[in-house]
Amino acid sequence: MITEYLFYLLSFLALMFASMVVLTKNPIHSVLYLVLTFFAIAGHYVLLNAQFLAAVHIIVYAGAIMVLFLFVIMLLNLNKETEAHKSIWLKGSAVVASGSLMVVLVGALKGAETIQTTNTFNANIGLIENLGMTLFNEFLLPFELASILLLAAMVGAVMLGKKSIK
Amino acid sequence: MSAIQTIPIEWYILLSTVLFTIGVAGVLIRRNAIIIFMSIELMLNAVNLLLVAFSSYLSDSKGQVFVFFIMAVAAAEVAVGLAILMMVYRNTKSSDINILNKLKW
Repeated sequence: MITEYLFYLLSFLALMFASMVVLTKNPIHSVLYLVLTFFAIAGHYVLLNAQFLAAVHIIVYAGAIMVLFLFVIMLLNLNKETEAHKSIWLKGSAVVASGSLMVVLVGALKGAETIQTTNTFNANIGLIENLGMTLFNEFLLPFELASILLLAAMVGAVMLGKKSIK
Repeated sequence: MSAIQTIPIEWYILLSTVLFTIGVAGVLIRRNAIIIFMSIELMLNAVNLLLVAFSSYLSDSKGQVFVFFIMAVAAAEVAVGLAILMMVYRNTKSSDINILNKLKW
């Protein structure tokens, strides 16, 4: 019973904060609402027995990525409403288009819940022990490739951030 | 007591779909490039949530490993994207994406 109430509360919070990210004018407020959205999603991960993923999610997203966003906003001095607005027709058609996309996605994902599994129910798959076994047994090559990707991203960011490229 | 026993997976599918749609609407409505980046993060997180939900309901840990890789790719994307944004701002003194319309047609 309490799980259902927690699910409804976390879903409501996630959707409300996500809407505020898009609707609020000030970019700094957007970042802070996005952090709150990430916390609500981390709560969902805990509800889904993915405790380790919830911790990683908070560390990586709320701790690292959002701080990067805040730094850039403060470096660019964007903490005020400077954004030019699109016309009301563009906004209306954007809302209609995304609403149609939602209808299509709901229709496309209908029937996905009938997928049956051959695995026996195991509540411990979200623990770090089982995740680590899967990661380093079956996904070893993608794991190493992810390190190369991060190195390339770091080199690219440093190159782009330099004052002048000779 | 977890959500798996009491909440049907349709609810998680619906929640992820709506979150993804909010991200798409943000990309379409806003003109500030940083807000558009944040909307992309929102879409990635909707997909992550759906992957974790299916992984838990099917008792298969591969979905959660996929979420790790999506997080790594998202971190790389944000680092490079924000660096590009800094360069654009340094050259045009604006973060409005309507300035960057040379690649449009």
